Amino acid sequence: MELLMAILIGVLFTAAVYLILSRSLLKIVIGTGLLSHGAHLLILTMGGLGGASPPVLAEGVTDFADPLPQALILTAIVISFGVTAFILVMAYRAYAVHKTDDMNQLKGNDEHD
Amino acid sequence: MEFVLLIFLPIVAALFIPILFKRIKGIHTGWFVLVIPVLLFIYYTTFIRTTMDGGHAISELQWIPSLGISFVSYIDGLSMLFSLLITGIGALVVLYSIFYLDKNKEKLGNFYVYLLLFMSAMLGVVQSDNVISLYLFWELTSISSFLLIGYWYTRDGSRFGALKSMMITVFGGLMMLGGFILLGIMGGTFSIRELIAESSTFVGHEFFTLALVLILLGAFTKSAQFPFYIWLPDAMEAPTPVSAYLHSATMVKAGLYLVARFTPIFAVSEVWIWLVTGIGLLTLFWGSLFAVKQTDLKAILAFSTVSQLGLIMSLLGAGAITMHTNEAIFSFAMFAAIFHLINHATFKGSLFMIAGIVDHETGTRDIRKLGGLMSIMPVSFTVAFIGSMSMAGLPPFNGFLSKEMFLQSMLAIRHFELFNFATWGVIFPVIAWIASVFTFIYSFYFVFKTFAGKRKEKPLPHEPHEAPVGMLISPVILATLVVGIFFIPNVVGKWLVKPAVMAIQPYQYSHPSEVAVHVSAWHGFASPELWMTVGIIIIGGLLYVSLSKWQKVYAIQPEYLSLNAFYDATMTFSEKGMNRLSRFYMTGLIRTYLLYIFAFLSVTTISVLFIQDAFVVDMDSFSKISVYGVINAIILLLAVAFVLFSKTRLGAIISLGAVGYSVALFFVIFKAPDLALTQLVIETVSVALFLLAFQHLPKLNDHGEKKSNKIVNGIIALGVGVTVTLVALSAHSQKLVASISQYYKDTVATEAGGGNIVNVILVDYRGFDTLFEIAVLSIAGIGVLGMIKLRLARKGDPDENK
Repeated sequence: MELLMAILIGVLFTAAVYLILSRSLLKIVIGTGLLSHGAHLLILTMGGLGGASPPVLAEGVTDFADPLPQALILTAIVISFGVTAFILVMAYRAYAVHKTDDMNQLKGNDEHD
Repeated sequence: MEFVLLIFLPIVAALFIPILFKRIKGIHTGWFVLVIPVLLFIYYTTFIRTTMDGGHAISELQWIPSLGISFVSYIDGLSMLFSLLITGIGALVVLYSIFYLDKNKEKLGNFYVYLLLFMSAMLGVVQSDNVISLYLFWELTSISSFLLIGYWYTRDGSRFGALKSMMITVFGGLMMLGGFILLGIMGGTFSIRELIAESSTFVGHEFFTLALVLILLGAFTKSAQFPFYIWLPDAMEAPTPVSAYLHSATMVKAGLYLVARFTPIFAVSEVWIWLVTGIGLLTLFWGSLFAVKQTDLKAILAFSTVSQLGLIMSLLGAGAITMHTNEAIFSFAMFAAIFHLINHATFKGSLFMIAGIVDHETGTRDIRKLGGLMSIMPVSFTVAFIGSMSMAGLPPFNGFLSKEMFLQSMLAIRHFELFNFATWGVIFPVIAWIASVFTFIYSFYFVFKTFAGKRKEKPLPHEPHEAPVGMLISPVILATLVVGIFFIPNVVGKWLVKPAVMAIQPYQYSHPSEVAVHVSAWHGFASPELWMTVGIIIIGGLLYVSLSKWQKVYAIQPEYLSLNAFYDATMTFSEKGMNRLSRFYMTGLIRTYLLYIFAFLSVTTISVLFIQDAFVVDMDSFSKISVYGVINAIILLLAVAFVLFSKTRLGAIISLGAVGYSVALFFVIFKAPDLALTQLVIETVSVALFLLAFQHLPKLNDHGEKKSNKIVNGIIALGVGVTVTLVALSAHSQKLVASISQYYKDTVATEAGGGNIVNVILVDYRGFDTLFEIAVLSIAGIGVLGMIKLRLARKGDPDENK
């Protein structure tokens, strides 16, 4: 299963990086969203996918999934949500002010070199 | 008494100069400054008694004892001689500057602060026994010289000259620091005395030649040797007292001091002797050749300084030969070097002062406009005549004696047999002789074109008249010394020169009186150097008389082939080149920078992975493939593809949501209920947020991105994806230690009293993470609010930088 997940994560990263390299502001925001999904799945996969039951104490269960990566991912999900929300609004503001979402037009002004 | 503190006396005095300058308007600030060099000069003369017997005095002030760095004032014959030159000529220059600089028009506060700073720095250079503090003072001379050259900072020429001298001397200074550190590594100490004591062990050390070359670079740049002399003529933009003091008598001799000081360590090396002698001679020749070309009085003197410094340098190299042979003639060369160093300081100082007087009283330094000042300025003419004749090497002036000794030493080099000198040594006296002819020409050129002949038709900027008495005192004193030393060379030799020679060559002598040199003005008709001098006078005289006919020869050399042009081109090239380079890679486009980052990331990671043979896939460590997992993976891949290829905003947002939900499904499949819950909620909120912003967002558009760019993006993106996959696989296959999760599983009920291990980790075991995650969320919320609500109204002017 890990092999499949590793390839899947690779695909997610590829798609994310491709979007981040594009000229459209919105695509960049979507790209960061994909990138965080890839990272979360990567953490989970690295912890091992072998657990037979969720990490909640219950009668007669000993083979839990690893709880630590899950805790880390939980934190990461919340943080990436905060960041995504932030840059989404930032993209919206940038578009409202500059009337463009073309990264080539949003580049630094030559006068300020 | 701790006389090491006296090095800092001028700096301390400098603190009070601005106050005196501001408060006491009636008296020229220079009078207060004058006290300091005079007192120091008198104090340092008391050491003559010690050094004459070959003794020395040491005074130490700890600075950073743990690193072996201290201020040590070590006064032996050599440093005593330099200290006397610095304070003695310093006093005369201050006296001269009192009459040269107007107390109402000039910023005297600045001038004397810089000058005193320089004096301290110079005393520190010549007295330091610790190479690190020597370097400190060395750079302080560069800085104070920079300030003094740029004293009239409103002039372009001053700023250019100051910058040029700074660039060149600081370059040399840094090289020298490297040499010092290598020496420190070789010897295990920074003390020059201790380094000299163990110098015999350095030969053959891998750093030896490198340290030698680096230290020589420092000396050559400071002492304006070929090809680094180019800063000195441009430094003539400084006020004349500064030129007289720094750029003839003291600072430019710091390099000579350095060479002399390190002779006992490096003179065993062939490289040292060839470099010092050869570069010195080349500089002598080059400087004398180009002095005749100049039309500005100070420029003539600048090139003549370069040339004379080369002469002393070549003598120091020739004197170093004593390390290899017992022939007395080479110790003679060292004596000649020190003797000429004193002589040069006297006559060059006075000549600069005269050039300043001429400038001051006529308003020009252009030799083409001057002439016929002899009867108007008789005293100045006399001083200039004495100085020039001494520089030309004529009796009865001190320059004659050192010139004779110089020729004698150069003739002797032929007889030295080591290091190919027997083959090549014969060109030394030839070059020396030609250079002496040119020295003769420019000395005459300097004095007679200025003072003799007829007055030029065109009126000078000022009606010329003799300088005030105060301005003449210093040059007259120096001219008196020029004549005086001719008659008492052996007294000077005994008091000053021999102790210095002994300090340079501690292995050869145990007492200064052993330096078996007796200076005599007359060697008899048999001596070849007499006939060389006669030849110099005849050929030089003929060439001088026909000067106007052949001076045009210099026009042959085009300006763009000069060393100055080379320096300018280097500076322009490095400035423009750096600019072009940064413009090339700093495009301002975020895509470019991300390309660099991602390309670097994948290339380095993948290459390290395979170079280190770290790529391992261990199939056994993988868990079973579940059917649900495969189905979900296919869903996710499809969703990703939709995101990538969607043509509309709405499509992209919905597919992104689909990706998020299938990730949540993965969390379900892999037994992570809390994650699945959170992911579902967050993904819903995210999609809602995207949809909320939907109306305001721009249409999806690739802005006509070029196909080639898209291909590059695709390659880089694929590289990153492959990197992540490979790293993930090999990291998973090679777990070095077991997970610590077993601890959480075991203690979650007993220690924390909970059943949901993930939640207990979040709020109990690792509660701090959660705290700051909350903080992140709050900050993001405040940020979003701020961006939406705050409008720093700049409606009329959208560009805040304008």
